Amino acid sequence: MSGILNSSIGRKFAMALSALFLMIFLLQHFTINLLSVFSEDTFNNVSHFMGTFWLIQYVLQPVLILGVIFHFVMGFVLEIRNRNARQISYAKNNGSANSSWMSRNMIWSGLAILAFIGLHFYDFWAPEINVKYFKGDMSGLIDPDNVNSGFRYWEELHHKFVDIWRVVLYCIAFIFLSLHLLHGFSSAFQSTGMNNKYTKSLQGFGKAYAIIIPLGFVFIALFHHFTH
Amino acid sequence: MNLTLKIWRQANANDKGKMVDYKISDVSPDMSFLEMLDVLNNELIEKGEEPVAFDHDCREGICGSCSLYINGEAHGPDRGVTTCQLHMRMFKDGDTIFIEPFRAKAFPVIKDLVVDRTAFDRIQHAGGFISVNTSGNTIDANAIPVNKENADDAFSAATCIGCGACVASCKNSSAMLFVGAKVSQFALLPQGRVEATDRVLNMVNQMDAEGFGNCTNTGACEVECPKGISLENIARMNREYLAASLKG
Repeated sequence: MSGILNSSIGRKFAMALSALFLMIFLLQHFTINLLSVFSEDTFNNVSHFMGTFWLIQYVLQPVLILGVIFHFVMGFVLEIRNRNARQISYAKNNGSANSSWMSRNMIWSGLAILAFIGLHFYDFWAPEINVKYFKGDMSGLIDPDNVNSGFRYWEELHHKFVDIWRVVLYCIAFIFLSLHLLHGFSSAFQSTGMNNKYTKSLQGFGKAYAIIIPLGFVFIALFHHFTH
Repeated sequence: MNLTLKIWRQANANDKGKMVDYKISDVSPDMSFLEMLDVLNNELIEKGEEPVAFDHDCREGICGSCSLYINGEAHGPDRGVTTCQLHMRMFKDGDTIFIEPFRAKAFPVIKDLVVDRTAFDRIQHAGGFISVNTSGNTIDANAIPVNKENADDAFSAATCIGCGACVASCKNSSAMLFVGAKVSQFALLPQGRVEATDRVLNMVNQMDAEGFGNCTNTGACEVECPKGISLENIARMNREYLAASLKG
């Protein structure tokens, strides 16, 4: 058991588990963000709960960050090991004859997503941590001295998408996310050893997930840009 | 057909190697790919040049000896065939054909298009067998009932000829389709269950020690496999390995 992470299959399995965890998180993130389109108040209340509930802030948030870091670090480790396994490239290689572009370029779509996470952290996570833990304002209010000023979450989100360049960057990132998920979803299940009579259905669900979720995020970004 | 061949030439394992161009004319569409290379070699020998070294044996698609990465695909552009059963009708007059050895750190080139695939043998030695008592009280294999579905899947896995096309096609040079097939053909049968735990651990450990890459589930191996070995075998190996690791 101790050596499992030193084996090729163990690393695949760990990579798959972190991927499944991140896909569940993505669904939850999308669901909450979608609320911002339908109800300002509901979005504010849920965001305040997510931002202040101890279990989410001090347990799940660190676990999520560790999950993201693990997924990327393991991705790089696997990529380096895999490149070392073929030291001389083919003069001619027809990869498209036997595999999808997405499956062959997970490292590039992953790097694009990593760059996006950097921007996303700069846009939302870092300011949030600054307000709550450095300025000590856990109220979630627009004006912490005025209890009637209302929650700030929806306003912050809405204003963030005023700039068209940010909307464009987010949309490009979501396209890469979709490409990553189009292979990653079913690949994660295969790596855990799940390949049975349900696999075809799961692959169909995975494709739907990989298209609907990123498309939904694009819709949310466009909604906030055009309703401003 | 008149063709231009771009062939990897490498004098020995230590030579750097390079692609060399050859012109070949009057190639019959009914020739197999290896027969076309035979014709080229005859011409080279007549000119006093070194013939191109390539692996071959049965030329019936069952021994797994022939290899070759042809126009960017293991065993060439046809499906479900080895190079010996690839015919020149798959190409057009005037085509340029790239012919390279299977590339992987674990498959070092010996000469020209011949690679050392003994890494597969060492993986087999690590666990690709069952122990049978042959001291006179051997039980007839047919006396043990086997579920039809398992028997069929075991048979399909056992059709792997160990040619290495999976490794050559995989962008990561992963051998997991080969090892998955070898693990599966025994794991699915009662005779193979006895040593299943040690088998999968030993074979996967040997596979890793040989320097093959990690599977990223591109599925290229399944497409290029001349015997149509399914990715299900890799999933089964993953399950077997994870369960064995928990036990061990």
